[in-house]
Amino acid sequence: MDNAIEILGLRKAYKRFALDDVTFNVPQGYVMGLIGPNGAGKTTVIKLIMNLIRRNAGEVRVFGLDNLRHEREVKARIGFVYDVPRFPEDLRLGQIASALAPFYPKWDGGRFLALLDEFELSSRTVIKKLSHGMKMKFALALALAHDADLILMDEPTAGLDPVFRFELLEKLRAFIQDERKTVLFSSHITSDLERVADFITFIHKGRIVFSAGKDAILESWGVVRASDGSVRPDDIPGLRGYKQSEFSLEALTSDIAAARKRLGGSTACDKASLEDIMFFVSRGETHA
Amino acid sequence: MKIVISNSSPDPIYEQITRQVKAQIISADLREGDPLPSIRKLAQDLQISVITTKRAYEELEKEGFIDTVEGKGSFVAMQNKELLREKKMKLVEDKLSGAVDEAKLLGIGLAELKEMLVLLYKERG
Repeated sequence: MDNAIEILGLRKAYKRFALDDVTFNVPQGYVMGLIGPNGAGKTTVIKLIMNLIRRNAGEVRVFGLDNLRHEREVKARIGFVYDVPRFPEDLRLGQIASALAPFYPKWDGGRFLALLDEFELSSRTVIKKLSHGMKMKFALALALAHDADLILMDEPTAGLDPVFRFELLEKLRAFIQDERKTVLFSSHITSDLERVADFITFIHKGRIVFSAGKDAILESWGVVRASDGSVRPDDIPGLRGYKQSEFSLEALTSDIAAARKRLGGSTACDKASLEDIMFFVSRGETHA
Repeated sequence: MKIVISNSSPDPIYEQITRQVKAQIISADLREGDPLPSIRKLAQDLQISVITTKRAYEELEKEGFIDTVEGKGSFVAMQNKELLREKKMKLVEDKLSGAVDEAKLLGIGLAELKEMLVLLYKERG
């Protein structure tokens, strides 16, 4: 499997936060979801891929090319969609497209107009008249019109209503029909990724917790529930975090088969959702 | 090909797909040589991961229900007659077991049940 993005030993230190030795790959032809609580480092990773901030150490390769030495070439193949798209407020959509087009060798003006039509936008509308969701669609239309090979989205569904979100996810699945195309999509709304993502990378406090196939994760991780005292956290194989209350114990395991085998009928072992995983791993460190 | 995915089902999604495709092959709704949608197209239609549909197709291939031809796509396999017969036999056994359970509940003995079966069998020509 070829990788669209390879990230190796990436470091970035801020005063109160550091991205620490981040390493993962995004396989070409798939949707990768980057999840983690707010402040985990998702946006920092994406900004480093786009070279919007300076890294302290590590390497980023996009389509096999170093993202600093080949910055122009790499960026021409990426469609970048911000969480809050920033465009000059007083310009019309058409004017922005004309200003950006020269940067993209594969720009297709006809395709751009067709996409605006499909998204029910007009090239004569001024940016400040657009809602958040419409700006998002405009940014996506730009990315698709220059025939990007990689779509990079930072929290694209935050603040969108369910109808918009569903439409956006459908567009991503359609984009990936071409197996050379790749999507990296960060979100803390895990239900969006639960459905559409092929792979999940989970980042927490600047470190990678895991990066793996979504199905494999959802099949092996689970939540164990037991009444108080019947099971201690240390008894649970693959323990990754837990919550103890007066009456019950809830715990996350990365090995649900082993947990079922060891604990048997005395507990309930359910499949974990991505949200469960994010919640328990995030609080696990303070309670373990 | 008709597939419905339930999010609340305890069965993994790939299993829901393989079960439904197999059922349609056994019932002959899908026939030998019928093309299946591509892995990516099915993933798009069902709004699920490409990896999930890929795994479902791999399982179906392993069990001999479909063939995949590089560059052409996947098709319902030439049915192994023995295999299909075995599956239909299993279906008959399941239905008979159900009838036996009902009979036992009503206190119908084996001899009486045999008599009923013989009558029914003859009645249907």
